[in-house]
Amino acid sequence: MNNSKIRVGVDIGGTFTDVAIEHPGGIETAKVLTNYAEPEQAILDAIVKAADRAGVALADIHQVIHGTTLVTNALIERRGAKLAFITTEGFRDVVEMRSENRFEQYDLNLELPKPLVPRKDRFTLNERMSAEGDVLLALDPAEVEALVARVLAGGYDAVAVGFLHSYANTAHEIAVEAALRAAAPDLSISISSVISPQMREFERFNTVIANAYVQPQVASYLDRLVAKLRADGIAAPVFMMHSGGGLISVETASREPVRLLESGPAGGAIYAADFAKAHGLEKVLSFDMGGTTAKICLIEDGTPRTANTFEVARTYRFKKGSGMPVSTPVVEMVEIGAGGGSIAHVDSMGQIRVGPQSAASEPGPACYQRGGVEPTVSDSNLMLGRLDPDNFAGGAIPLSIALSEQALMSRICEATGLSARDAAFGVTEMVDENMANAARVHTVENGRDIEAFTMIAFGGGAPLHACRLCEKLGIDALIIPPGAGVGSAIGFLKAPFSYEASKGIFQRLNEFEPDAVNSALKSLEDEARSFVKAGAGDADTTTKLTAYMRYSGQGYEIPVVLPYRTFAPEDRSALQAAFEDTYRMLFGRTIEGLAVEITNWSLVVASVLSEVPSASRHLTGLPVDARRTRQFYDAALRDIVTASEVDRESLTPGAVVSGPAVVVERNTSTIVTSAYTVTGQGDGSLLLQRKQSVQNEVAA
Amino acid sequence: MTQAIDYQIMWNRLIAVVEEQATTMIRTAFSTSVREAGDLSAGLFDVRGRMMAQAVTGTPGHVNAMAESVTHFVREIGRQNIFEGDVFITNDPWLGTGHLHDITVVSPTFRDGRHIGFFACTAHVVDIGGRGFGPDGTEVYEEGLQIPILKFAERGEVDRTLVAMIRANTREPDPVVGDIYSLAACNEAGDRRLQSMMAEFGIDELEGLSDFIVDTSRAATLKRIAALPDGEFINEMQVDGYDIPVRMAVKLTVEGERLKADFDGTSGPSKFGVNVPMVYTRAYACYGLKCAIAPAVPNNTGSLEPFVITAPDGCILAARRPAPVSTRHVLGHLVPDVVLGALHKCLPKVVPAEGASALWNIQISARPTDPASGLRNREVLMFNSGGTGARPAADGLSATAFPSGVSTMSVEATEHVGPIVVWRKDLREGSGGAGQFRGGLGQTIEIEPRQGYDFYFNAMFDRIENPARGRDGGGLGGAGKVALADGMKLAGKGRQKVENGSRLVLSLPGGGGYGAPNQRPKDQVQADLDAGYITHQQAVEDYGLTGD
Repeated sequence: MNNSKIRVGVDIGGTFTDVAIEHPGGIETAKVLTNYAEPEQAILDAIVKAADRAGVALADIHQVIHGTTLVTNALIERRGAKLAFITTEGFRDVVEMRSENRFEQYDLNLELPKPLVPRKDRFTLNERMSAEGDVLLALDPAEVEALVARVLAGGYDAVAVGFLHSYANTAHEIAVEAALRAAAPDLSISISSVISPQMREFERFNTVIANAYVQPQVASYLDRLVAKLRADGIAAPVFMMHSGGGLISVETASREPVRLLESGPAGGAIYAADFAKAHGLEKVLSFDMGGTTAKICLIEDGTPRTANTFEVARTYRFKKGSGMPVSTPVVEMVEIGAGGGSIAHVDSMGQIRVGPQSAASEPGPACYQRGGVEPTVSDSNLMLGRLDPDNFAGGAIPLSIALSEQALMSRICEATGLSARDAAFGVTEMVDENMANAARVHTVENGRDIEAFTMIAFGGGAPLHACRLCEKLGIDALIIPPGAGVGSAIGFLKAPFSYEASKGIFQRLNEFEPDAVNSALKSLEDEARSFVKAGAGDADTTTKLTAYMRYSGQGYEIPVVLPYRTFAPEDRSALQAAFEDTYRMLFGRTIEGLAVEITNWSLVVASVLSEVPSASRHLTGLPVDARRTRQFYDAALRDIVTASEVDRESLTPGAVVSGPAVVVERNTSTIVTSAYTVTGQGDGSLLLQRKQSVQNEVAA
Repeated sequence: MTQAIDYQIMWNRLIAVVEEQATTMIRTAFSTSVREAGDLSAGLFDVRGRMMAQAVTGTPGHVNAMAESVTHFVREIGRQNIFEGDVFITNDPWLGTGHLHDITVVSPTFRDGRHIGFFACTAHVVDIGGRGFGPDGTEVYEEGLQIPILKFAERGEVDRTLVAMIRANTREPDPVVGDIYSLAACNEAGDRRLQSMMAEFGIDELEGLSDFIVDTSRAATLKRIAALPDGEFINEMQVDGYDIPVRMAVKLTVEGERLKADFDGTSGPSKFGVNVPMVYTRAYACYGLKCAIAPAVPNNTGSLEPFVITAPDGCILAARRPAPVSTRHVLGHLVPDVVLGALHKCLPKVVPAEGASALWNIQISARPTDPASGLRNREVLMFNSGGTGARPAADGLSATAFPSGVSTMSVEATEHVGPIVVWRKDLREGSGGAGQFRGGLGQTIEIEPRQGYDFYFNAMFDRIENPARGRDGGGLGGAGKVALADGMKLAGKGRQKVENGSRLVLSLPGGGGYGAPNQRPKDQVQADLDAGYITHQQAVEDYGLTGD
């Protein structure tokens, strides 16, 4: 047996730790409860469980690939290091003043998120770089010395350093790091010009602070994990999934844990991207719906869209601006507070509202019979016949329709005069509407037309809602892949080794200096390549170059993908043209007569993955006889319909069932509305297609 | 019964549609204040001109202004002259949103050839000619090009003459005309969403849905007003104004479901561009009241109509044409303070103390010290906020905009725009008003011209002579100050010069305190002292902290 193929993906989520083992016989998965005190123990338990089922010896495991939400949780729950922040005199409060606005206009009692480092732990030094990176005020060694002594006396576990314009000149940050290091060799130190060398002080300072805040904890956890695996016979190297959708070594992750924040969701996006490739789909919207939130990501040509800034730990209804901005490469996702556990209520105008509060797993929705009294999305699905009370989570949790009805009656019906069924319809429609609006805005913001996309849906709640969402969005085709319950862990196995290095270099295009750019790009490439080599060895690589550009005077840059090469002065017009093409695609026009600027460069080196094998696609085929029927409420028809009920296993490649239908499997059910058909695919996916579009496809 | 649910879903959808309209404008705009400050609005109206939905943006100043604007367009254009493919335009301060820089574009929407409603969009453009953005004009004619209510396009055909007129009258023709096209395009995008929603729900007119939205919102708002105790509540407040102090006075009358705010007793007009058209006063008065009384009801004709706002014609808060109005935002931003002060007497323990309120925006014009040096002129615009007033159960917010919703810009980005060094932008120790709940701190900003440059700046700053007042025993917020680093005092309004080698120091005002300072728990006073939010002297004298 060729053991070199055996790889393990491990995803630690808030509730479950998922494992996927890729072995010569296929993929085996396991799910255990997350162990907060000893996360590594749950990982080992899950690996042992899955390896047993797969008949794989632990010693034969070749690679372990890990992603975790624990870093994000440490930020949200503020369980991090006792931290000092050293910055430029005059800028002590950048992280407290934030953007000086209120993210909610009508709340007089609004509270802004508090910085991770309180003011008394923020120190300043007299020093200053100009925007071009020239020294306007030099560091005073004696002042540095005195500050180092003060910081050490303060008993801090970690120190973050962030100076103004340090992306343009790193000298002062490096000098301060060296002084700290000399005085305290074991101190955890993070500097902004290494962690996030991009223009914009609030984002960069926040990023380096977040890194320093979690660094000691993450490093110690990863050390323990590697040791634990080794002690139990898994000597394979451990790699970490980063937010940008690639793998880095565990050593890099220990130094730059802020890169791990969105690792779980990034794994989900990679998982969807893998099916997009297998099905030959160029434009895909991935939709991941769990118990508390739903996430949406655009995947084009098999690659999830990425960004260089995102927000973590939103404190106010997932509202933009209520969290902490972090500037590191990330798979770009929209996250909204909509999931099976989302709680419905009636607002002061008698309107039904859903989320973002969630009943979570404890006490869970009312129907779980664990003491929940608030009506949730799951309760509404149960009332409408979309969930089977006897076959939820493989029958492990019997659901009570009576408790769902009671919750809806007391919280929704009394205030609105609706029947329990209409209230349930209102709740599911409202949550579907919220998700559809978020998806629509995201595609519009990216200059795309959502109707041209195919949806790939996964996560516990997705199969119940995805078809209705497609109806609302005008999407004709929907894929529900197999293994959707552990999508992120499987996604980890499909990710390349990759590293994104970036640098802020501000230039007006008409003053473009190729030399400065070329030498910076060379060092970015060397940096990125060394990280990739650490994991992928001498594997073939690709290099992707992105310039962040804008019209002079604009506040936001757009990412412009460029061919990676050594630039010459005459490339100015090619850069201008590339910018205009991208601008036109996003905004539908360009503006004549305005200068163009470049603010940041980013370069990704990634290992080349083996070709994804094509799935055998079946757009039509032979109808399956459904032996059972079941009734559910079809939202578009505003009526109860009698649906065919089939087991997922019976939907073999090419087998077709016309909606309304319910496809049943161990952990969930897929709702196929009256407007769609479902067809089994060669790779075990379900393909749902709008009936009209199937006819067109066949006629053509 | 599902009709009611359908209406709820459509209402929800329409709010998403107008938010999307606004987001698109923010991302494509050239105007800094649109992008950074969200100085725009977007809304949908039924065929009768009732506003059905409006995006929540950074500018409460557009709230009612926009709600009223469509009726002006219908009156001026005439119903019989409204055709499919038309686009209307104006920047009239009295019919739009209060100054010439704001351009409003209205597009009628049709379904199956029948006129069913309007989309409207407003944005602050980069330049509108005249003297530029500043308070020094003495008549509106000096403040730039006036565009009366006109058709920008008729049946899809753009009026070339109008475009040429606009181009010739602004310093920045490309971005200004670009932004106008963008406004029209946002309306079109909104219309596409509306049409697909109407197809999905099988409706061919908006009246039924509009009745539902307006009636539901009005009922919810009236219910909240009816819960207030009846009576008359008065308040007044003095602020700096341009050259002489301005008195703002308001009488709030609550009678059952009726609520009226009247500004009788307010100062007469200013000779300078700090005057406020009634439409803008109404917007900010209404915004303040709505935050306190019915914050959860979305903005539409039904939720806004119950707030009746009046002022004597011709006073500084109801300026008459042709008064200069360019920087109407300064006094406009102070309107909520005076209105909320009156409401406090009716509804105690709800509204905050007075805050810095008016933004300290600064427009910097960098000029080469030696004109022969060949260095280029550069313009830099910064948005800065002082502290907000303390709340009945929480401290005020430091360096945070209220009532405006603007964001500040990165100092690093700003230093790339123009030849200045911002040496300091941090919290101003001791500037929060003392109280059981402390006022938000202002901030200190130090700006110096780079080598080879001097700069001019347009001061439009308030609360220098008249700091924010506390409530229920809370102390005054720190007063604002404009000076050079060597201590020389500068004026709070008007154009001034900072020479190379000098440093401008702006000390932004703090918010007022709430409740008696001696009620503040000592550990919080100590923590404020440790963090440097308050001075040692304040800890001892205002809060009675003993020991060291």
